[in-house]
Parts: sequence; C-alpha cells; structure tokens
Amino acid sequence: MESADTPETSRYTLPAIVLHWLLGLALLGMFGIGLYMTDLPISPLRLKLYNWHKWAGITVLTLSLLRLVWRLTHRPPALPDALVHTMPAWQRVAHHATHHALYALFFIVPLVGWAYSSAAGFPIVVFGVWPLPDFVPVDKALAELIKPWHEISAMAMMALVVLHVAAAIQHQWLHKHRLIQRMLPGTH
Amino acid sequence: MTSLNFSRWIHGWIAFVFFGLSLPAMAQQLAPAQSEIVFVSKQMGVPVEGRFQKFSAKIAFNPSKPDQANIAFTVDMTSATLGVKETDAELPKAEWFNTAKFAQATFQSTSVKALGAGKFEVAGKLSIKGATQTVLVPVTLTQAGANTTAVGAFALKRLAFKIGDNEWSDTSMVADDVQVKFKFALTGVAKL
Repeated sequence: MESADTPETSRYTLPAIVLHWLLGLALLGMFGIGLYMTDLPISPLRLKLYNWHKWAGITVLTLSLLRLVWRLTHRPPALPDALVHTMPAWQRVAHHATHHALYALFFIVPLVGWAYSSAAGFPIVVFGVWPLPDFVPVDKALAELIKPWHEISAMAMMALVVLHVAAAIQHQWLHKHRLIQRMLPGTH
Repeated sequence: MTSLNFSRWIHGWIAFVFFGLSLPAMAQQLAPAQSEIVFVSKQMGVPVEGRFQKFSAKIAFNPSKPDQANIAFTVDMTSATLGVKETDAELPKAEWFNTAKFAQATFQSTSVKALGAGKFEVAGKLSIKGATQTVLVPVTLTQAGANTTAVGAFALKRLAFKIGDNEWSDTSMVADDVQVKFKFALTGVAKL
C-alpha cells in the first residue's frame, strides 16, 4: 500500500529516479576519465581507459535513449505550488531550457565521440565483443574536425550539470523547496 | 681467327653466360609502388591496421617448377605506420620493433608447393626482431598480360617475436594473433 505522505504525483517514478542518479554519476565519472586519459602518454593504461570510456559512452547513450522514452511516456510530477507562484518567468524558462539542453547533450556528446572514433579509424567494439558500425567514413581530416567538438559539447554539458546542481541546492536549502525529495525513492 | 673476331666471340659468350645465368634469378621483379604489406592487430577487440611502406624482394619463381623457387623478402621495419603520428612514434621503440637493433625483417622461402588453380603454399623462415619462426603462407596468383598479382594472408604470434614486450605482453589488451595480408605486383612470371 502507498503511504499517504508520499503521494504518487509528488515524486518521479522509480525508473526515472534510478536512471537520473545512475547516469548523473556515470557522466561525472566519464568526464573525469575523459579529462585524465587524454593527457596520458601511450601506455596500456591509456589504451584501457580509452576503450572503457568508449564502452561506457555507448552504455550511457543506450540508457539515455531508454530514459528519453521513459520521460516522454511518464509525465514528471508538477512543481510544488509554492515554487510555481514565487518563481520569476526567466527562471521558468531557464529551468525548461536547461533540461532540454541536457537531454540534447546526453545524445550529442556520445554520438560525437563515436563519430570521432570512427573517423580516426578506431571503430568501437563494445566490451571488446560487439563491433559497432561507423556512421561517418574513416577520414583523418574529418576526425581532426570532429575531435574538439566532443570536448566542447562535454564541457557544455558539465556546465549545465553544475547549473542544475547549483539550482537544486539553492531550492533545497536556501528556499526550502525540498525539490530533491522528488528525485529520491519513497521512504517513510 | 682475327683479334676482332675473337673479341666478338668472347663478348658473345660473356653476354650468353650473363644472360643465361642471370635470367632465371632476375626475371621476376616486384613493383613496390603497386604492392602492399598490411598487418592487422586487435587492441581490446578493435582491429588496428598498419602497413610497411618499404620492402624489397628477390624472386626466382616459375609456376611450373615450384620446387625450384627461391623467394626472399626484406622489410624495412622503420617504414611501419599505423597512420597515427603518436603511435608511429612508439613502433621503433625497444618493446615493439626495436628498429635501432633490428632494422630489417626477412622472409626466406624453404619450399613452394603448387595447389592448382594459381594457388601455392609457400613455407619459409620469417625473421623479425632477432627471432625466426617457420610460417606457411598461402598465395594466390592472378595474371593479366605481363603482370602477375600475388595475394595472401597468414597469422603470426607477435609474442613469438617479442613484439609488444613487457607491459604490452598482456594479450587481453593487444591480441597475440596478428594478421599479415599482402598484395605483390610482379612482372616476369611465366604463364600459369
């Protein structure tokens, strides 16, 4: 039985919550590894990290697709009335724009990474077992053209993640809106 | 016999002897620009292709007398490239090809068997980085006019030659099996 103090509409569905935190952590980890590995000299560690990064990237891409489908078929809970009434219009716009941009980047960052890997002549073989098709030709000049955009789009995503976390913290502790509960599984 | 006649006679003989002796050995020529030696290794499941840009061959080969064939290749190990500057800088190093000490790899045939329909099996000694292994190389010949194309592929075990030594010897990172694929453009090969 659902308890009365956790009405269904006040929080995200469990799959949405799980995907949010799982992908949030994964993206932070991927970003850290991405920054670290590109500065390594050629070594088994570098080779390992690059491949793990690619495997994880494809996993993130797959889970993001699942998450998008879930999001489109499961309406998130409405914002609390107290928040809606006090929120300036620009914040409402920023709130929606940030979420839309984040979702776009969940796909852009890994797809650009995949394209770069393909163009550079290193097709992705997920977990060393499943070869993925190249959707761009093997072309060194194209690879050089694509390369900066994986980093730029990842930086943009991380900037939005920082904004997202800062906004959540601000609402939670400054304005006492307790929005984070919406993204936590129900407890008594 | 006048001295002029003698001179003609001796020149004739010299030409005959040179022509006669050198023809079987020199008749088959490799055109390097139309030829290639490619190697494919697997890094964590990802096929990575490289090639040798400089190699030469001494070939004495008549398709109807394969048992008399003598095929020798020399590959310039410093000419290896994976097409990426950073990794190309690694290849000459001691743990990979160690080109400072072993600048060349060689292949010397020991026997050639005709399998029919332009197919041959070439057995020989492959020497890379100071190690020698016996390899069996299937070769298929096709001919168009005066040109003969020889294609084939074989697998070698990189660790048998200590290619990718020490920290790189983990075969879960770089597989032991390396595919070697080649295409040689030859001239002077007798009709099949």
